[in-house]
Amino acid sequence: MDFITQPWAWYVAGPIISIIMFLLYYFGERFGVSSNLETFCSIGGAGKFIDYFKIDWKENTWNLIFVAGAITGGFIASNWLSPSNVVLLNPQTVKDLADIGIENAGATYLPDAIFSIEAMLTLKGFFILLIAGILVGFGARWAGGCTSGHAIVGLSNLELPSLISVIGFFIGGLIMTWLILPLIF
Amino acid sequence: MKYIKFFLVGILFGIVMSKAEIISWYRIYEMFKFQSFHMYGIIGSAVLLGMVSMFLFKTKVIKTFEGKDIHIKPKKKGMYRNLLGGILFGLGWALAGACPGPMYVLIGKGVVSILVVVFGATLGAFLYGLSKDKIPH
Repeated sequence: MDFITQPWAWYVAGPIISIIMFLLYYFGERFGVSSNLETFCSIGGAGKFIDYFKIDWKENTWNLIFVAGAITGGFIASNWLSPSNVVLLNPQTVKDLADIGIENAGATYLPDAIFSIEAMLTLKGFFILLIAGILVGFGARWAGGCTSGHAIVGLSNLELPSLISVIGFFIGGLIMTWLILPLIF
Repeated sequence: MKYIKFFLVGILFGIVMSKAEIISWYRIYEMFKFQSFHMYGIIGSAVLLGMVSMFLFKTKVIKTFEGKDIHIKPKKKGMYRNLLGGILFGLGWALAGACPGPMYVLIGKGVVSILVVVFGATLGAFLYGLSKDKIPH
Protein backbone atom coordinates (compact mmCIF):
# COMPACT_ATOMS: atom_id res chain seq x y z
CA MET A 1 0.00 0.00 0.00
CA ASP A 2 2.97 2.35 0.44
CA PHE A 3 3.11 2.69 -3.29
CA ILE A 4 -0.46 4.03 -3.33
CA THR A 5 -0.35 6.24 -0.25
CA GLN A 6 2.86 8.06 -1.10
CA PRO A 7 2.65 10.99 -3.51
CA TRP A 8 2.84 9.71 -7.07
CA ALA A 9 5.84 10.64 -9.18
CA TRP A 10 5.52 12.38 -12.53
CA TYR A 11 6.44 9.22 -14.41
CA VAL A 12 3.45 7.49 -12.84
CA ALA A 13 0.97 10.33 -13.29
CA GLY A 14 1.85 11.31 -16.87
CA PRO A 15 1.33 7.83 -18.33
CA ILE A 16 -1.93 7.39 -16.38
CA ILE A 17 -3.25 10.67 -17.81
CA SER A 18 -2.30 9.41 -21.24
CA ILE A 19 -4.18 6.16 -20.58
CA ILE A 20 -7.23 8.20 -19.50
CA MET A 21 -7.11 10.07 -22.81
CA PHE A 22 -6.72 6.78 -24.68
CA LEU A 23 -9.71 5.24 -22.91
CA LEU A 24 -11.99 8.21 -23.59
CA TYR A 25 -11.28 7.95 -27.33
CA TYR A 26 -11.54 4.17 -27.20
CA PHE A 27 -14.98 4.64 -25.67
CA GLY A 28 -15.92 6.83 -28.65
CA GLU A 29 -15.65 10.23 -26.97
CA ARG A 30 -12.82 12.71 -26.37
CA PHE A 31 -10.68 14.26 -23.63
CA GLY A 32 -11.70 17.86 -22.92
CA VAL A 33 -12.81 19.04 -19.52
CA SER A 34 -13.52 22.74 -20.06
CA SER A 35 -16.35 22.13 -22.53
CA ASN A 36 -18.44 21.06 -19.53
CA LEU A 37 -18.60 24.73 -18.55
CA GLU A 38 -20.59 25.40 -21.72
CA THR A 39 -22.79 22.41 -20.99
CA PHE A 40 -23.58 23.91 -17.57
CA CYS A 41 -24.62 27.14 -19.31
CA SER A 42 -26.84 25.20 -21.71
CA ILE A 43 -28.45 23.24 -18.88
CA GLY A 44 -29.01 26.52 -17.05
CA GLY A 45 -31.01 27.81 -20.01
CA ALA A 46 -28.45 30.16 -21.60
CA GLY A 47 -29.55 28.84 -25.01
CA LYS A 48 -32.81 30.76 -24.68
CA PHE A 49 -31.11 34.04 -25.45
CA ILE A 50 -27.65 33.10 -26.78
CA ASP A 51 -27.57 30.78 -29.80
CA TYR A 52 -24.04 29.62 -28.91
CA PHE A 53 -25.50 27.66 -25.98
CA LYS A 54 -28.38 26.23 -28.00
CA ILE A 55 -27.02 22.71 -28.08
CA ASP A 56 -28.40 19.31 -27.25
CA TRP A 57 -26.49 19.08 -23.99
CA LYS A 58 -27.59 15.50 -23.45
CA GLU A 59 -24.92 14.51 -26.00
CA ASN A 60 -22.37 15.65 -23.42
CA THR A 61 -23.83 13.57 -20.60
CA TRP A 62 -20.82 11.25 -20.72
CA ASN A 63 -18.54 14.22 -19.92
CA LEU A 64 -20.72 15.29 -16.97
CA ILE A 65 -20.49 11.71 -15.71
CA PHE A 66 -16.70 11.94 -16.12
CA VAL A 67 -16.77 15.08 -13.95
CA ALA A 68 -18.88 13.27 -11.36
CA GLY A 69 -16.22 10.55 -11.39
CA ALA A 70 -13.45 13.15 -10.96
CA ILE A 71 -15.23 14.57 -7.90
CA THR A 72 -15.63 11.05 -6.51
CA GLY A 73 -11.98 10.25 -7.25
CA GLY A 74 -10.93 13.38 -5.37
CA PHE A 75 -13.04 12.29 -2.42
CA ILE A 76 -11.61 8.76 -2.44
CA ALA A 77 -8.01 9.94 -2.76
CA SER A 78 -8.20 12.54 -0.01
CA ASN A 79 -10.13 10.35 2.43
CA TRP A 80 -8.55 6.95 1.98
CA LEU A 81 -5.39 7.15 -0.08
CA SER A 82 -3.56 10.18 1.31
CA PRO A 83 -2.36 9.92 4.91
CA SER A 84 -0.50 13.21 4.55
CA ASN A 85 -1.52 16.56 3.11
CA VAL A 86 2.04 17.86 2.95
CA VAL A 87 3.37 18.88 -0.46
CA LEU A 88 7.16 18.68 -0.55
CA LEU A 89 8.24 21.82 -2.35
CA ASN A 90 11.55 23.19 -3.46
CA PRO A 91 12.84 25.21 -0.43
CA GLN A 92 13.32 28.13 -2.78
CA THR A 93 9.60 28.01 -3.66
CA VAL A 94 8.70 28.07 0.05
CA LYS A 95 10.96 31.07 0.58
CA ASP A 96 9.65 32.90 -2.50
CA LEU A 97 6.08 32.41 -1.28
CA ALA A 98 6.92 33.63 2.23
CA ASP A 99 8.40 36.74 0.60
CA ILE A 100 5.10 37.54 -1.10
CA GLY A 101 3.02 36.88 2.00
CA ILE A 102 2.04 33.23 1.65
CA GLU A 103 3.32 31.44 4.76
CA ASN A 104 3.80 27.71 5.43
CA ALA A 105 3.81 26.80 1.75
CA GLY A 106 3.33 23.09 1.24
CA ALA A 107 1.93 22.37 4.73
CA THR A 108 -1.32 21.50 2.94
CA TYR A 109 -2.35 21.24 -0.72
CA LEU A 110 -3.69 24.78 -0.88
CA PRO A 111 -2.69 28.17 0.59
CA ASP A 112 -5.08 29.43 3.28
CA ALA A 113 -4.50 32.97 2.01
CA ILE A 114 -6.62 32.07 -1.04
CA PHE A 115 -8.73 29.03 -0.15
CA SER A 116 -9.63 29.24 3.55
CA ILE A 117 -13.28 29.97 4.36
CA GLU A 118 -12.12 33.15 6.12
CA ALA A 119 -10.40 34.36 2.95
CA MET A 120 -13.41 33.44 0.82
CA LEU A 121 -15.70 35.49 3.04
CA THR A 122 -13.74 38.71 2.57
CA LEU A 123 -14.60 40.90 -0.40
CA LYS A 124 -11.04 40.74 -1.74
CA GLY A 125 -10.74 37.00 -1.24
CA PHE A 126 -14.08 36.33 -2.89
CA PHE A 127 -13.16 38.39 -5.93
CA ILE A 128 -9.77 36.68 -6.26
CA LEU A 129 -11.53 33.30 -6.51
CA LEU A 130 -14.27 34.62 -8.77
CA ILE A 131 -11.94 36.46 -11.16
CA ALA A 132 -9.57 33.46 -11.32
CA GLY A 133 -12.55 31.35 -12.34
CA ILE A 134 -13.81 33.84 -14.91
CA LEU A 135 -10.35 34.03 -16.51
CA VAL A 136 -10.11 30.24 -16.70
CA GLY A 137 -13.61 29.81 -18.12
CA PHE A 138 -13.52 32.70 -20.59
CA GLY A 139 -9.96 31.93 -21.69
CA ALA A 140 -10.54 28.21 -22.14
CA ARG A 141 -13.60 28.70 -24.30
CA TRP A 142 -12.02 31.50 -26.33
CA ALA A 143 -8.95 29.34 -26.95
CA GLY A 144 -11.16 26.33 -27.58
CA GLY A 145 -9.62 24.12 -24.92
CA CYS A 146 -7.77 23.92 -21.64
CA THR A 147 -4.91 21.80 -20.34
CA SER A 148 -6.64 18.56 -21.37
CA GLY A 149 -7.87 19.54 -24.83
CA HIS A 150 -4.91 21.70 -25.87
CA ALA A 151 -1.85 20.72 -23.81
CA ILE A 152 -2.46 16.96 -23.75
CA VAL A 153 -4.64 16.10 -26.78
CA GLY A 154 -3.67 18.96 -29.09
CA LEU A 155 0.08 18.69 -28.52
CA SER A 156 -0.08 14.89 -28.85
CA ASN A 157 -1.83 15.41 -32.18
CA LEU A 158 0.80 18.00 -33.26
CA GLU A 159 -1.78 20.75 -33.68
CA LEU A 160 -0.43 24.25 -34.27
CA PRO A 161 -3.46 25.96 -32.65
CA SER A 162 -2.75 23.98 -29.49
CA LEU A 163 0.93 24.93 -29.49
CA ILE A 164 -0.08 28.60 -29.77
CA SER A 165 -2.61 28.16 -26.97
CA VAL A 166 -0.10 26.46 -24.68
CA ILE A 167 2.38 29.28 -25.35
CA GLY A 168 -0.48 31.61 -24.36
CA PHE A 169 -1.11 29.59 -21.16
CA PHE A 170 2.53 30.14 -20.25
CA ILE A 171 2.59 33.84 -21.09
CA GLY A 172 -0.48 34.33 -18.88
CA GLY A 173 0.83 32.05 -16.14
CA LEU A 174 4.23 33.73 -16.03
CA ILE A 175 2.68 37.21 -15.90
CA MET A 176 0.43 36.14 -13.02
CA THR A 177 3.11 34.29 -11.06
CA TRP A 178 6.00 36.73 -11.50
CA LEU A 179 4.27 40.10 -11.78
CA ILE A 180 0.73 40.04 -10.36
CA LEU A 181 0.77 37.55 -7.46
CA PRO A 182 3.47 39.53 -5.57
CA LEU A 183 1.12 42.54 -5.61
CA ILE A 184 -1.98 40.74 -4.34
CA PHE A 185 -1.03 39.46 -0.88
CA MET B 1 -25.18 1.56 -17.81
CA LYS B 2 -23.30 2.82 -20.86
CA TYR B 3 -22.09 5.73 -18.73
CA ILE B 4 -20.48 3.73 -15.96
CA LYS B 5 -17.17 3.47 -17.85
CA PHE B 6 -16.94 7.27 -17.97
CA PHE B 7 -17.60 7.38 -14.24
CA LEU B 8 -14.78 4.90 -13.60
CA VAL B 9 -12.36 6.77 -15.87
CA GLY B 10 -13.35 9.96 -14.05
CA ILE B 11 -12.55 8.33 -10.71
CA LEU B 12 -9.11 7.36 -12.01
CA PHE B 13 -8.64 10.94 -13.20
CA GLY B 14 -9.63 12.32 -9.78
CA ILE B 15 -7.28 9.95 -7.99
CA VAL B 16 -4.27 10.66 -10.20
CA MET B 17 -4.87 14.43 -10.02
CA SER B 18 -4.91 14.15 -6.21
CA LYS B 19 -2.12 11.65 -5.70
CA ALA B 20 0.32 13.39 -8.04
CA GLU B 21 -0.57 16.70 -6.29
CA ILE B 22 -1.65 18.26 -9.59
CA ILE B 23 -4.59 19.74 -7.64
CA SER B 24 -2.15 21.58 -5.38
CA TRP B 25 -1.98 25.32 -6.00
CA TYR B 26 1.70 25.14 -5.03
CA ARG B 27 2.56 22.71 -7.83
CA ILE B 28 1.25 25.19 -10.40
CA TYR B 29 3.11 28.09 -8.77
CA GLU B 30 6.29 26.02 -8.69
CA MET B 31 5.85 25.15 -12.38
CA PHE B 32 5.56 28.79 -13.43
CA LYS B 33 8.61 29.56 -11.26
CA PHE B 34 10.57 26.81 -13.05
CA GLN B 35 11.49 25.41 -9.64
CA SER B 36 10.43 21.83 -10.15
CA PHE B 37 10.36 19.29 -12.96
CA HIS B 38 7.20 17.62 -11.60
CA MET B 39 4.51 19.24 -13.77
CA TYR B 40 6.74 19.33 -16.86
CA GLY B 41 7.42 15.63 -16.44
CA ILE B 42 3.71 14.88 -16.10
CA ILE B 43 2.58 16.89 -19.12
CA GLY B 44 5.63 15.89 -21.18
CA SER B 45 5.27 12.16 -20.57
CA ALA B 46 1.51 12.32 -21.14
CA VAL B 47 2.08 14.06 -24.47
CA LEU B 48 4.85 11.70 -25.60
CA LEU B 49 2.70 8.65 -24.88
CA GLY B 50 -0.29 10.53 -26.32
CA MET B 51 1.56 10.76 -29.63
CA VAL B 52 1.74 6.97 -29.68
CA SER B 53 -2.03 6.81 -29.07
CA MET B 54 -2.67 9.29 -31.87
CA PHE B 55 -0.51 7.24 -34.21
CA LEU B 56 -2.46 4.08 -33.35
CA PHE B 57 -5.75 5.94 -33.92
CA LYS B 58 -4.67 7.40 -37.26
CA THR B 59 -3.34 4.15 -38.60
CA LYS B 60 -6.59 2.49 -37.44
CA VAL B 61 -4.67 -0.08 -35.43
CA ILE B 62 -6.92 0.96 -32.57
CA LYS B 63 -10.62 1.60 -33.15
CA THR B 64 -13.35 2.35 -30.64
CA PHE B 65 -14.71 -0.55 -28.62
CA GLU B 66 -17.59 -0.57 -31.11
CA GLY B 67 -15.18 -0.92 -34.05
CA LYS B 68 -15.51 2.64 -35.36
CA ASP B 69 -12.55 4.68 -36.61
CA ILE B 70 -11.24 7.24 -34.15
CA HIS B 71 -11.04 10.78 -35.53
CA ILE B 72 -9.52 13.60 -33.52
CA LYS B 73 -11.49 16.75 -34.26
CA PRO B 74 -8.95 19.41 -35.33
CA LYS B 75 -8.66 22.45 -33.09
CA LYS B 76 -10.04 25.73 -34.38
CA LYS B 77 -7.43 27.90 -36.05
CA GLY B 78 -6.99 31.58 -35.27
CA MET B 79 -4.10 33.51 -33.83
CA TYR B 80 -6.21 35.81 -31.63
CA ARG B 81 -8.41 33.04 -30.31
CA ASN B 82 -5.57 30.74 -29.38
CA LEU B 83 -3.07 33.29 -28.13
CA LEU B 84 -5.35 35.75 -26.32
CA GLY B 85 -7.67 33.04 -25.02
CA GLY B 86 -4.61 31.13 -23.92
CA ILE B 87 -3.17 34.13 -22.08
CA LEU B 88 -6.42 34.75 -20.17
CA PHE B 89 -6.57 31.07 -19.30
CA GLY B 90 -2.96 31.12 -18.10
CA LEU B 91 -3.63 34.14 -15.87
CA GLY B 92 -6.54 32.27 -14.28
CA TRP B 93 -4.65 28.98 -14.05
CA ALA B 94 -1.79 30.56 -12.12
CA LEU B 95 -4.15 32.53 -9.84
CA ALA B 96 -6.55 29.68 -9.04
CA GLY B 97 -3.76 27.10 -9.19
CA ALA B 98 -6.29 24.85 -10.88
CA CYS B 99 -7.45 24.27 -14.41
CA PRO B 100 -10.92 22.93 -15.25
CA GLY B 101 -10.18 19.27 -14.34
CA PRO B 102 -8.58 19.75 -10.91
CA MET B 103 -11.35 22.19 -9.92
CA TYR B 104 -13.83 19.33 -9.72
CA VAL B 105 -11.34 17.08 -7.97
CA LEU B 106 -10.95 19.77 -5.30
CA ILE B 107 -14.72 19.74 -4.75
CA GLY B 108 -14.34 16.03 -3.94
CA LYS B 109 -11.53 16.91 -1.54
CA GLY B 110 -14.04 19.06 0.32
CA VAL B 111 -12.62 22.49 -0.54
CA VAL B 112 -15.67 24.75 -0.23
CA SER B 113 -14.03 27.86 -1.68
CA ILE B 114 -13.30 26.14 -5.00
CA LEU B 115 -17.05 26.35 -5.68
CA VAL B 116 -16.57 30.10 -6.18
CA VAL B 117 -13.89 29.32 -8.80
CA VAL B 118 -16.14 26.79 -10.56
CA PHE B 119 -18.99 29.30 -10.52
CA GLY B 120 -16.62 31.92 -11.92
CA ALA B 121 -15.44 29.55 -14.65
CA THR B 122 -19.04 28.82 -15.67
CA LEU B 123 -19.73 32.55 -15.66
CA GLY B 124 -16.59 33.02 -17.77
CA ALA B 125 -17.82 30.51 -20.35
CA PHE B 126 -21.18 32.31 -20.37
CA LEU B 127 -19.51 35.68 -20.86
CA TYR B 128 -17.53 34.20 -23.75
CA GLY B 129 -20.74 33.01 -25.40
CA LEU B 130 -22.23 36.46 -24.84
CA SER B 131 -19.32 38.36 -26.37
CA LYS B 132 -17.91 35.92 -28.92
CA ASP B 133 -19.14 37.88 -31.94
CA LYS B 134 -17.48 41.05 -30.68
CA ILE B 135 -13.98 39.70 -29.94
CA PRO B 136 -11.32 38.70 -32.48
CA HIS B 137 -10.69 35.10 -33.36
